[in-house]
Amino acid sequence: MRPFVYERPTSVSTAIAMASRPDAVHVPPTGADTQFIVGGTNLADYMKLGVARPERLLDLNTLAEPALRQIRIDDDKIRFGALVRMGEAADNNDVRRRCPVLADSLKFAASGQLRNMASLGGNVLQRTRCEYFREISWPCNKREPGSGCAAMEGSNRQHAVLGTSDACIATYHGDFAQALVALDATVDVEGPRGRRTLTFAKLHKRPGETPDIETDLAADELITAIEVPLAQWSSRSRYLKIRDRESYAFALASAAVALDMDGETVRSARIALGGVATVPWRAREAEDVLQGKVLDEATAQEAAEAAFADARPREHNAFKIPLGKRTLVRALLETRDMKG
Amino acid sequence: MNQAAPAPRENQGDPVVRIDARLKVTGQAGYPADIVTANVAYGALATSSIARGKVSELHTKDANAVPGVLDIVTYGDLDKTDMPKFGNTGASSIGPLHDKTVFHDGQIIALVVAETFEAAEEAAMLVRADYEDERPSASFDSKGVKMEPAAGKSPMFKEDAKAGDFDAAWADATVKIDEKYSTPTQHHNPIELFSTTAIWQGDQLTIHEPSQNVTGWKVELARQLKLDPANVRIVSPYIGGAFGSKGPMTARTAIVAVAARRIGRPVRCVVNRMQAFGTQTYRAETRHRIRMGAGKDGRITAFGHEAWEVTSRPDPYVVGGTSATARMYDYGSVLTHVSLVHADRNTPGYMRSPPETPYVYALENAMDEMAVALGMDPVEFRRINEPEKEPIGGKPFSSRSLIKCYDQASEAFGWSKRDPRVGSMRDGDWLVGMGCATAIYPTAAAPCAARVRLTADGEVRVQCGSHEIGTGVRTIAGQMAAERLGVGMDKISVEMGDSALPPAPVSGGSISTASVCSAVMKACDAIREKLFAAAAGKGAPLAGSANAKLDLKDEEVVTETGKSAKLADVFKAMQVGAIEEYAEFAPKGSSPEALRKLYAGQSEFHGGENDEDSVKYAFGAEFVEVRINSYTREIRVPRMVGAFAAGRIMNTRTARSQLIGGMIWGIGQALHEATEIDQRHARYVNRDLQDYLVPVNADIKQVDVILVPEIDHQVNPAGVKGLGELGNVGTAAAVASAVYHATGKRIRDLPIRIDDLIG
Ligand SMILES: Cc1cc2nc3c(=O)[nH]c(=O)nc-3n(C[C@H](O)[C@H](O)[C@H](O)COP(=O)(O)OP(=O)(O)OC[C@H]3O[C@@H](n4cnc5c(N)ncnc54)[C@H](O)[C@@H]3O)c2cc1C
Ligand code: SF4
Repeated sequence: MRPFVYERPTSVSTAIAMASRPDAVHVPPTGADTQFIVGGTNLADYMKLGVARPERLLDLNTLAEPALRQIRIDDDKIRFGALVRMGEAADNNDVRRRCPVLADSLKFAASGQLRNMASLGGNVLQRTRCEYFREISWPCNKREPGSGCAAMEGSNRQHAVLGTSDACIATYHGDFAQALVALDATVDVEGPRGRRTLTFAKLHKRPGETPDIETDLAADELITAIEVPLAQWSSRSRYLKIRDRESYAFALASAAVALDMDGETVRSARIALGGVATVPWRAREAEDVLQGKVLDEATAQEAAEAAFADARPREHNAFKIPLGKRTLVRALLETRDMKG
Repeated sequence: MNQAAPAPRENQGDPVVRIDARLKVTGQAGYPADIVTANVAYGALATSSIARGKVSELHTKDANAVPGVLDIVTYGDLDKTDMPKFGNTGASSIGPLHDKTVFHDGQIIALVVAETFEAAEEAAMLVRADYEDERPSASFDSKGVKMEPAAGKSPMFKEDAKAGDFDAAWADATVKIDEKYSTPTQHHNPIELFSTTAIWQGDQLTIHEPSQNVTGWKVELARQLKLDPANVRIVSPYIGGAFGSKGPMTARTAIVAVAARRIGRPVRCVVNRMQAFGTQTYRAETRHRIRMGAGKDGRITAFGHEAWEVTSRPDPYVVGGTSATARMYDYGSVLTHVSLVHADRNTPGYMRSPPETPYVYALENAMDEMAVALGMDPVEFRRINEPEKEPIGGKPFSSRSLIKCYDQASEAFGWSKRDPRVGSMRDGDWLVGMGCATAIYPTAAAPCAARVRLTADGEVRVQCGSHEIGTGVRTIAGQMAAERLGVGMDKISVEMGDSALPPAPVSGGSISTASVCSAVMKACDAIREKLFAAAAGKGAPLAGSANAKLDLKDEEVVTETGKSAKLADVFKAMQVGAIEEYAEFAPKGSSPEALRKLYAGQSEFHGGENDEDSVKYAFGAEFVEVRINSYTREIRVPRMVGAFAAGRIMNTRTARSQLIGGMIWGIGQALHEATEIDQRHARYVNRDLQDYLVPVNADIKQVDVILVPEIDHQVNPAGVKGLGELGNVGTAAAVASAVYHATGKRIRDLPIRIDDLIG
C-alpha cells in the first residue's frame, strides 16, 4: 500500500474545503488525490490491491453533524444520514416495517462484521468487484482508461448483461442501491459549490466509453443523506437475492420489488434488478407491462421478458438472463403474496 | 456427552478435550508468523504476470526508492544455492530465481525486503518486469499441451490397475454407461496464510513456517542452501489449516533464508492471499471417462476408468486415484489408464484426499447412474457389488465395514422414506432430492520416532516431530501416553512441530494418528516394563508379582489382585527421578532402510493397497438431502448423515470433528470451490476469498456423524485407521446424486451451480 496522509475533518464544511480543487467537476472522485473514507471496507481493500492510490484520506467518521448518523422516519419518507452503518439500518424495526425492501437489501448484503463497519454513503458508492479490475496487471478501461477490457473475452461469469458497453461490462454489485433506485430515492450532496439533491437514478453512470467515470459526483462532493419517499407500495416490498453461497456472497441476480395493488391488480409496480447490470437498474419496461394487470405467473413472466429484452450476454454469463428473469418472477409473486 | 463429544462405542476412546483448545480460542497459541523476534525485516514477493516466456529485464529502481527498502533478492542472488527438487518434500523443481524462464502465472520474480510490511508490499508492487512472452497453454483443451501416460512417473503411481478381460466383459454387458466427469482446479486457501520467518545465528538457521513435514524440510532446505542439516531447524508448533498445502516445501523458504543472510537480520515474509494461488500447490484439474457394464441382476462385470490430469511443464505430479476406484467394488473386470497433461501452470500438489476426492467423485456418480439405469436402489446396488476380496490383487481387506456404514447411515437419514422417482419430492417451491455415496481412504502408516518421559510425580512429556495441523494429533498422542502410563490428561504435555524433536513422517495421507500413536505407545511400553520390573523386584513394593500381570492406573502400579504401589514409591525404590524412553516405530513390511530414511526426512508409507497380506482402507457412507428452488434453482443442503468405520477411534470428539469438517468440505467441492483460469493467458482469475467460495458456518445446517465400531488388528499396533481425509470423499457425488433426484439433471462437471440448472 502506498503511503498516504490521513486526516480527520470535524465538519462537513471543512471536509469539502479540504477536498476542494478548481478542476473538481472534471475529476472522478475515485481518481482524485484526496478521497473520503468511512468504513474503508471497499476503499482500503482497493488501496491494498493498488487499484486505488489516494495520497490523502479524509476520514468522515469524525464529522460532528448528528444528522449524518441518524435515521429519521416520517409519515412520507425515511431519511438516512450518510454515516449510518448498514447494520443499523438493516436492524431498524421501523425501517423493516415501513419498507421491508430497504431492510432486506441491507440484511442480505455482506456479512455481520462488514455491515457493522460499512456506511450507507460508502455502500452506494462501492466499486465493482470485476476480477480484472481488482488485479492491476490486467488491462482494464475502468482502472486505466484506454487500456482495454480483459473481461470482455475472459472469465466473465459474474459480469453484467444489462447496461454494458464495448468498453466495460462490470457489474454494479451493491444491493441497497437496487432498493433505492426502485423507490425513487434522492441523494443530498454537498460540495464547495453548494448543496444539491439528485435522484438516486442519476447518481451512477453507465460505463459507455468512459467506464472510469462511475458517478455524477465531483471529486470534492460529499453525500450527506439519502431520502426514500414512502407511499402505498412501500410496505408491500421485497428484496430477493440469488447467490452461489447462502450465507454471504454478491448477487448473481437480485430483484427489488414494491407493489401498489388494487386487489389482484397492479396499480403500480417498482422494480430494480441487481447482479445483472452495470449500474443500479430500474426495470421500467417491466413496470409498464404490469401496470393495470392482474399479477400472476404469466404477467410476471411477461414483465421479466420485457426487463431482459435488451440483455447482452458474454461467454460465461448467459445464465444470468434466465436466472434474472426467474428471480424477478419469483420476487413479483412473493411480493404479491405479502400483506399490503 | 453431547453432540460434539459422542459417547464412545466399542473400541472407541473418550472424547477428551483438545489440550490446546483454550490456547487457540484465546489467541495464545503462537502460529509461526506470530513468533516475536528482535529486529525483524519484512519481505514481500513480486510475481510474474505472464504464464510462459522469459523475464528479459527486471526494473527495481522504483522499488528501491521506496523509503525503508533494505534489499531486493532476485535473479543471480540464488546462484550459490541448489535448485529445488520436486518430490515428497519439494513442491516443484522450478527454481524461480535460478532461471529467468517463466513457467506459470504468479511465479516469484523478486523478494523485496524492507523495514516495514507496508513498505515491502508497496515496493514489491513497483517491481516491474519486461517479458519475452509466449502463448501459454492453460489447460486440457489448450494448444501446445503435452500428454503422457502417468504410470511410472511417480513412485506412488507405478502402474495402471487392471484385472480380467475388460473388453470382452464390456462387449457382453447388458446394461452399460459410458460417461465423462470433471473436477476443477482448487486451492486449499487455509485461513492461516503462508509465511516464512528466517533467523540466522552464525551458521545456524531457524525457519518458522507452517509445515506438515519439519524433518523433510530441514533436510531439503539444508541441501538447497548447502548446509549441514544439523544446522537447520524448522519450527511449526501450530498450523492454521494446511490440507496438504503445507506438506511440500516451496521455493520461497530458501529465498527468504538467503535474504536474511544477505541483510544480516531476521526476515519474515507473509504471502498475501492472491500470491498464494501461484506460489503454492493446488488440486489438479481432472477429467474422467467411466465405462461400467452390468448384468440385469445388478452385478458389475466391467469397470473402465480413464482419467486425465493437468500438471506443470516440468513436474509429473500424479493424482492417480484409480488405485482406489479400481478396488472399491466387485467389478469382474477392470481397465484403468491415467494420463498427465503438461501445461503452463504451477505444479499441483496434495490436497485433502488428493487421489480419492476427484476420482471417487467420478466413480460414485457412475454408480448412481448405473443404479438408475438398472432401476435399482443405489444402496442395494452397492450391497450387491460388495467384494469378498479386492479385485486387482485378490487380497483380502484387513477389515471392511462399508455395508454396516450404509445400514447405520441410511437408517439415521431415513432413506426408506425417499421416493425414488425423479422430481417426486417437493416442499412448497423447493424440490427435494436425496443421494448417497461411498467414502474410502487408504490406511497407511510410516516410520516415526517419539520420546516419552515420566517423572516420579506422574508428569508426562511426549516429544514427537509430528504436526498439529488442527486434527488433534497432539491431544491423541497425549491420550495414548495417559492411557498407557495411567495418569490424567492434566499431567500430560506434548511437544510437536519442531525438527529438533524425534523425527516423524510428513503429516499427510492420514497417517499421523497411526504412526505417532504407535511410536508413543512403544516408548510408553518401554517405560512400563522398567517400572514393572522395579515394582516387582526383590524388596520392592509389589515384590513377587508377575510383570505381565501389572498395569498402571491413577499414578499407581496395580496388580490383578488389587494390590497397588504409588508411582512415587516405585521411583523411590529405583532411585531415579524420571524415566525417559526413545522409541522408533516402523510399520510391518518396512524396508531395512526405512528408519534411516526417517532421519533423512523421507517417509516410507506402508499400507493401502501395497501390503502383502491385505489391503487396508477405511470406509464410510454419506447421505445428503438437497433443496433446489423451483424458480431460481439455487441449491441448499439442509442435512447430511455420514457413517464411518476407521478401526480404533482414539477420541470420538476429534474424530467427529474431522469427519464433519470433511463433509462440509465436500459441500464446498460440490457447490462452490473452483479456481477460474483465464484460458487465453493461463492465469488465475478469482484469487481471493471473495470469489473463491467455501462454505462457512452459516451455510451449514445439520451434519450428523456416526462412528461405526470396527476392530482391526492388522493395520498397525495402535489399530487405528486414519480418518482425516475420509469425510470429504464421496460427498460431492452424494450431492450430485441428490441434485439428479430432485431435478432429473445429471451434472457431471464440478462445481454444480445455478448455471447448470437454470437453462
Ligand atoms: C467481503 C465483502 C462482501 C461484500 N458483500 C456485499 C454484498 O453482498 N452486497 C453489498 O451491497 N455490498 C457488499 N460488500 C460491499 C460493502 O457493502 C461496501 O464495501 C461498503 O458498503 C462500503 O462502505 P464503507 O463505509 O466501508 O465505504 P468506504 O470503503 O469507506 O468507501 C467507499 C467509497 O465511497 C466513498 N465515500 C464513502 N462515503 C462517502 C460520502 N459520504 N460521500 C462521498 N463519498 C463517500 C469513498 O471515498 C470510497 O470511494 C461487500 C464487501 C466485502 C469486503
Ligand atoms: S469489465 Fe470493466 S472493470 Fe472489468 S476489466 Fe473490463 S473495463 Fe475493467
